[in-house]
Amino acid sequence: MAPIVEVAGLVKRYPGVVANRDVNLQVDKGTIHAIIGENGAGKSTLMKMLYGMVKPDEGTITVEGTVQTFRGPQDAIAAGIGMVHQHFMLADNASVLENVILGSEPSKFGVAIDFEKARSHFLEITQKYGLAINPDDLVADLSVGGRQRVEIAKVLFRGANILILDEPTAVLVPQEVDELFENLKDLIKSGLTVLFISHKLQEVLQVSSHITVMRQGTTVASVSPKETSARELAELMVGRQLPQAKPTESHVGATRVLDIQGASYRQGDGREALKQVSLTLNSGEILGIAGVEGNGQSELVEMILGIVKPFEGSLEVLGKDATSMTTRAIRDSGVGYIPQDRSRDAMLLPESLWENRILGHQATAPMANGIWINKKAAQVDSERIVEEYDVRTPSIRVSAAALSGGNQQKFIVGREMAGSPELLVAAQPTRGVDVGAQAIIWDRLVAAKENGAGVLLVSADLDELFALSDRIAVIFNGEIVAELTPADTTPELLGLAMTGAKAA
Amino acid sequence: MTRSRIFWGIAAPASAILFSLLLASGILMLQGANPIQTFQLLFSYGFQPRNVVAELNQASAYYLAGISAAIGFKMLLFNIGIDGQYRLGVFFAAVVGGAVTLPPVLHILLIVFVAATVGGAWAAISGWLKIKYGVSEVISSIMLNFIAAGLVTYMLNPLRLGEQAEGSQNISTPTIPESGWLPTIEVAGGKLYTFIFFSALVGVGYWILITKTVFGFNLRATGISFRAALSSGVNAPRMVFLTMVLSGATAGLVGVGTLLSDTHNYSLSFPSGYALTGLALALLGRNHPIGIAFAAFFWAFLERSAGILDLNGIPTEIVTMMQGTIVISIVVAYELIKRLNLRQQQVAVGSQQEEAPEESKETDK
Repeated sequence: MAPIVEVAGLVKRYPGVVANRDVNLQVDKGTIHAIIGENGAGKSTLMKMLYGMVKPDEGTITVEGTVQTFRGPQDAIAAGIGMVHQHFMLADNASVLENVILGSEPSKFGVAIDFEKARSHFLEITQKYGLAINPDDLVADLSVGGRQRVEIAKVLFRGANILILDEPTAVLVPQEVDELFENLKDLIKSGLTVLFISHKLQEVLQVSSHITVMRQGTTVASVSPKETSARELAELMVGRQLPQAKPTESHVGATRVLDIQGASYRQGDGREALKQVSLTLNSGEILGIAGVEGNGQSELVEMILGIVKPFEGSLEVLGKDATSMTTRAIRDSGVGYIPQDRSRDAMLLPESLWENRILGHQATAPMANGIWINKKAAQVDSERIVEEYDVRTPSIRVSAAALSGGNQQKFIVGREMAGSPELLVAAQPTRGVDVGAQAIIWDRLVAAKENGAGVLLVSADLDELFALSDRIAVIFNGEIVAELTPADTTPELLGLAMTGAKAA
Repeated sequence: MTRSRIFWGIAAPASAILFSLLLASGILMLQGANPIQTFQLLFSYGFQPRNVVAELNQASAYYLAGISAAIGFKMLLFNIGIDGQYRLGVFFAAVVGGAVTLPPVLHILLIVFVAATVGGAWAAISGWLKIKYGVSEVISSIMLNFIAAGLVTYMLNPLRLGEQAEGSQNISTPTIPESGWLPTIEVAGGKLYTFIFFSALVGVGYWILITKTVFGFNLRATGISFRAALSSGVNAPRMVFLTMVLSGATAGLVGVGTLLSDTHNYSLSFPSGYALTGLALALLGRNHPIGIAFAAFFWAFLERSAGILDLNGIPTEIVTMMQGTIVISIVVAYELIKRLNLRQQQVAVGSQQEEAPEESKETDK
């Protein structure tokens, strides 16, 4: 049988970077085909080309035997390709049905929306494919998994028979992942085809019928899940051995650099994002924070940095009561901060690199001299960071936006390590960076610990947590539900704790 | 690198002005007028000494409006309240200045101080509404313009703070005693306000504040990314508020030159419309003090020289249209140049990398 989607020799160049080159892909009808690769391996670019959002520079895309030149997503939809984005695009204050038909409303007399027809078509789809969603629910009331089903229904409603799911599990809790996989299996039973993008090996092995591996912008292997292992896939993805943090002897010191007791934080909408959190961290120690994203990690980090304030409990940073300290005072007392969203929280993208060196350190020497910015010091130290952290840039005068994510992150890590902080708060420090940058960043985190800094490492990457942490605390639904040492636990146990099961 | 930056900096306004000249030429030709002759007319009239002096005096006021707008722009704030801040500022400065007699320098400083304080305080209302309730400064400051205009009209009444000269219909504030007058400089063509030097000083101060100080860094950081500013320890809402106040204080100074050197009292003959002019000048001058200076003079030049057109049977509105065209095309030109520039840098960065693409460009999305 001819493949339903065939991609041959696809190339996409962006200024300065080849995002995709020589990409080849064959997807059979009625299968779940996984595309895996590290962040930055070119998966998203490939999917954007398949969905008509980006035009390839070279190569062909063939759908059901016809070579296609998509001018936009409309063309892809017309060819039967639908995309479920990682970030949902739904109107919260509208019903499920309204969201599903938005943009492709069946009309009555050419003017009015034919809700009757829409509803019957909607129910037909949801029943046929076993999608448990109620057309009259308000989207705002749905869980993340529910929203995702709405997105899938939306695509099916438009008549897609090839679905692209971009990192669909990134936002889901484990039970929702299982539900999603059941849905996907139902879809392929009815003859649909699913393209599933992920970088989570276990999931891919669990659900897919076939796997294509991407690395550095190109497709490097095509394997069957039955004939491979997670280890083999990982090596294919990385192309070499994973960076390993050397197991080092304990450097845990006696000074308490962070002491949180019973701290709770309530969001603007009244939800308690942190409940009675208690954590301690000593000098020379790396405390990992594990958890499925969105369980209070961001709030925890922001509370330590003084960006949000607890309404109860105590927070001591470097021996001082920090519950009412400003972010400025906390940072200046010797706290380095690597935020999880670097482009939004850690960089002034239009500004030059050396000006970004100042960010976060603008109130103290050497970056400031009284009320004046010390441009010279900023430039000298930027040169040093570029050198020591292997930041690939022609000059410290280019704007930060011109650098790739990994190089931005290396610069940020270098900046936050400058001045040897006693406490380093690192949120997802290696997210979306290449292997080389990851190795450098890991080295530096370990070096910081060996030099006596306490490091709070928030990460979604279990390998990272296991490789670096002295202790791992698990956060679920705003609570610390477990505290483990890497030596006494396994990724499986940790994963279980992350789902809220009170283990260990 | 700096040379190319200067080139690009000038390329955009130059192309915008050229484009507006072309458009104006087209319209002039439709009118049956000869564009070349018309521009020559504008040029020779505008550069007559007496007109140059008037243009410089006017430009010193426009310049402050432009700086006021630029301060806001650095924070992505649209201070459309420049008009109200200017009007209230100059009104109260006139009232206070007319009510006291002080040693000369002190008197002038007091007038300047009152103008800046009142302008800043008026803008503070918009700033406070924004950080406290999320009210857009565009809306609140437009509304405050109307309120300011109403307030001034109400108070400029013989029963309250105004007075009516005998045998005249004009109502004004009491005339400021001579100790509060700023001398003018006699030059060929007329009297040049000394205030122009003060305006220039404000421009220099603005540039130092924005580029050299920690405060300016915090201000720019907040304007570029509110969240990054917060994470870096800046009290970002406070910065938004202070920026609005600074912008308002500068706006409060706009009318002071005329007050100190020409009218010596406030009357309803003080012009309006400084807000839009200020925003246009900040755009045209790219928030740079020297750029804004050229823009301010150019603006005053166009407006002044338009006076000759009527005498030759050409509608003066042609100048207004040119101003509008310049503003629209400058916005487009800067955006294009920004993209070109980023692209160039990315290519430069890319050529530094090894052959293998390590990463898809997240920043491209």
